[in-house]
Amino acid sequence: MSEEKRKPTPEEKAKAAAEAREKLEAARKAKEEQAAQASAPEAVASSPEQNAVKAEAEPASADQLAQAKAEAAAKAKAAAAAAAAAKAKAAREAAEGGATDTKAAETEAGGADADAKAKAAAAAKAKAAAAAAAAAKAKAAREAAEAGATETEAGGADADAKAKAAAAAKAKAAAAAAAAAKAKAAREAADGGAAETEAGGDDADAKAKAAAAAKAKAAAAAAAAAKAKAAREAGEGGAAGAEAGGDDADAKAKAIAAAKAKAAAAAAAKAKAAGGDAADTEAAPKAPSKNQPHLDHIVKLITEKFGSEVIEASYINELAKEVPTLVIKNENWHDVAKFLKENDELSFDYLSNLHGVDYEDRMEVYYHFYSYKNRQNLAVKVKTDREQPTVASVMNIWSGANWNERETYDLLGIYFPGHSELRRIMLPEEWVGHPLRKDYVPFDEEV
Amino acid sequence: MSMNLDMISLNSEFSEGTGLRTEEMLLNVGPQHPSTHGVFRLVVKIDGETIKESLPVIGYLHRGTEKLAEGLNYTQIIPYTDRMDYLSAMTNNYVICHAVETMMGIQIPERADFLRVIVMEMNRIASHLVWWGTYLLDIGAMSPFLFAFRDREMILELFNELCGARLTYNYMRIGGVKWDAPPGWIEKVKEFVKHLKKEIENYHALVTGNEIFINRLQGIGKFDAKTAIDYSLSGVMLRSTGVKWDLRKDEPYSVYNRFEFDVPTATEGDCLARYQLRMAEIEQSLRILEQALGQFPEEGEIMGKVPKVIRPPQGETFVRIESPRGEIGCYIASNGKDKPWRMKFRRPSFNNLQILPKLLKGENISNMVAILGSIDIVLGEVDA
Repeated sequence: MSEEKRKPTPEEKAKAAAEAREKLEAARKAKEEQAAQASAPEAVASSPEQNAVKAEAEPASADQLAQAKAEAAAKAKAAAAAAAAAKAKAAREAAEGGATDTKAAETEAGGADADAKAKAAAAAKAKAAAAAAAAAKAKAAREAAEAGATETEAGGADADAKAKAAAAAKAKAAAAAAAAAKAKAAREAADGGAAETEAGGDDADAKAKAAAAAKAKAAAAAAAAAKAKAAREAGEGGAAGAEAGGDDADAKAKAIAAAKAKAAAAAAAKAKAAGGDAADTEAAPKAPSKNQPHLDHIVKLITEKFGSEVIEASYINELAKEVPTLVIKNENWHDVAKFLKENDELSFDYLSNLHGVDYEDRMEVYYHFYSYKNRQNLAVKVKTDREQPTVASVMNIWSGANWNERETYDLLGIYFPGHSELRRIMLPEEWVGHPLRKDYVPFDEEV
Repeated sequence: MSMNLDMISLNSEFSEGTGLRTEEMLLNVGPQHPSTHGVFRLVVKIDGETIKESLPVIGYLHRGTEKLAEGLNYTQIIPYTDRMDYLSAMTNNYVICHAVETMMGIQIPERADFLRVIVMEMNRIASHLVWWGTYLLDIGAMSPFLFAFRDREMILELFNELCGARLTYNYMRIGGVKWDAPPGWIEKVKEFVKHLKKEIENYHALVTGNEIFINRLQGIGKFDAKTAIDYSLSGVMLRSTGVKWDLRKDEPYSVYNRFEFDVPTATEGDCLARYQLRMAEIEQSLRILEQALGQFPEEGEIMGKVPKVIRPPQGETFVRIESPRGEIGCYIASNGKDKPWRMKFRRPSFNNLQILPKLLKGENISNMVAILGSIDIVLGEVDA
């Protein structure tokens, strides 16, 4: 990845963008890289570029057309990519770096000539749409933005070196923003919107377009802000947008409206988040499970009969429909099992399921019982050593345990002393090893 | 597959009274045999026509679903469940989704829940129709098979329209279903329900009242409730002994508690009782379908709010639901990652088949296929 960054050619990028979809895991790395880039090298790079652009602002020329186009494209991409990618959590640093860069550049674009702006706005919209599609995945978005930078450089044939440098810098900023966009993206989108409002100069047409774009982004930001975290960021963005209102009344009104919309969305999201929090805190002191009395009763009966030390643990398993769960000491398991079935108050006559689990430091056999008489579920776990895994067979208590124990022996190598014919059931007799063990390696006759 | 045949020892003796010398012999049935409905092997020791002992050999279709599951994320496992009980893939889809949803506390949109119930009940009917047709084929009647497959074909066509597959649907997702009902689909299902309600009458007229048929099945493959529970039997195998137990009713999941239906039971515990119960279950499924189609929400989401990457919290879960063959369960041990640490399916066919040697002992060899067929196994599920 870092090599591609240093020597970017269009082919490489296009390839990378295509590969991006497959390399989901690389996205995380990319994020970190972006963070580093945005905070360190770009911060240095940005200052000379900004100076350059300032110097250029005075002689308004054809160069500016290219520049404005480049900027608008970069912006649009940044915003669209940010909005599209708005899901995951983000490298906030990268976003900040990007935002500052883009903003600074945009402010200077303010005085540009009307025709250029109008075109820029149109181009921005078109590209935004394209970028939005391209940006579907964070990484892909970054590549696309980079590719965009290259394009822009090629397009502005008569633009001078400075303009090129500026465009490239912005594109990078946009890329950084795109990569950072996971979740905190709402803020960037909002920033982008604000910046475009600033960009609104004297020409009404250009302004109108810019405002429209800003609105669209505000909407995107609002959508992204739907998540509780993002909401706060959007709020900030909204504030910035309000400040950014230009001197023209129309533009201001629009900006204010957009800001209000954002603020409302943010407020709603916040309220929701707050509501959620409140609900969470309310739910915190949980009512004891409806099965708690059953569990207590079972524990009491077993303790009375065998003493408390046979039960290693007892709890309600919230994840499994609140089933009362017992962990029984291995040595006592057969006696306790017999008791579970034969005691009148327990009478767990039905063995629903029996299987083993390899936890690498130990093995466990998991039983699920049901009592048709008492209409009550019970889960039991018996732990055993991994080297010589042995759990007493319950086949003579529940006939249904027969094949289940054989299967557990076959696939996990757990021995069930007391089983009448403990041999493989799924695999051939001559099979080597027990496949469901975590350290299982398929036996190869050739080796 | 080498098998431990030492378990069966042969001997010869003189039968009492006649003075004729009899000899025991081993008869190998399967694994390739039409009456085993798949790759199931049965080694039977017979003396004359009487079965002395039998030894089921399974594993010919073992694909290691549970092992494979450990290397896949939860959504990727769903297609593998299609291939366990391939006659009722919808319930298999449901059990894994239900297990993950239980762990993560995911809410399912109403429309998705209704679609799930509708397809599960349609699949139950399709599964019972296959059983009905092939079971009668096993015991010597050809035409019911043709009727059953004609009507089952209509269900498969409807499924094909819904999700593009006839057997391995891969239809459900964690949080909902993959495809919404296409326009007009619900009406087509309604039409089908009407059609099958009429057809069921024909089925009964054709077979159920037939005296030869009744005499053929009455009293064979008999066991009582205590034995059924002891052998971990479930579904029709359990209900045929008088235990009124249906997870749809007794531990309701999805939206089953909104529908009125009966749990048919019988007390005889023989092959005929199991036949009657399956036929009655088709009618009850039609009843559920009618209500579900009537209450089907006009519009709504088909997927609930589900995180992009499905990571159930650390811990374990076990859920069980009612499949056409009995109680299908799914156990998941999660370590908080996107792949299960251990996944185990409690397969009704596997557990129900265990009782076969007990049922065959002392039976006439001609009843062997009738008894095996009445258990209604799917080998994909037995071997997983």
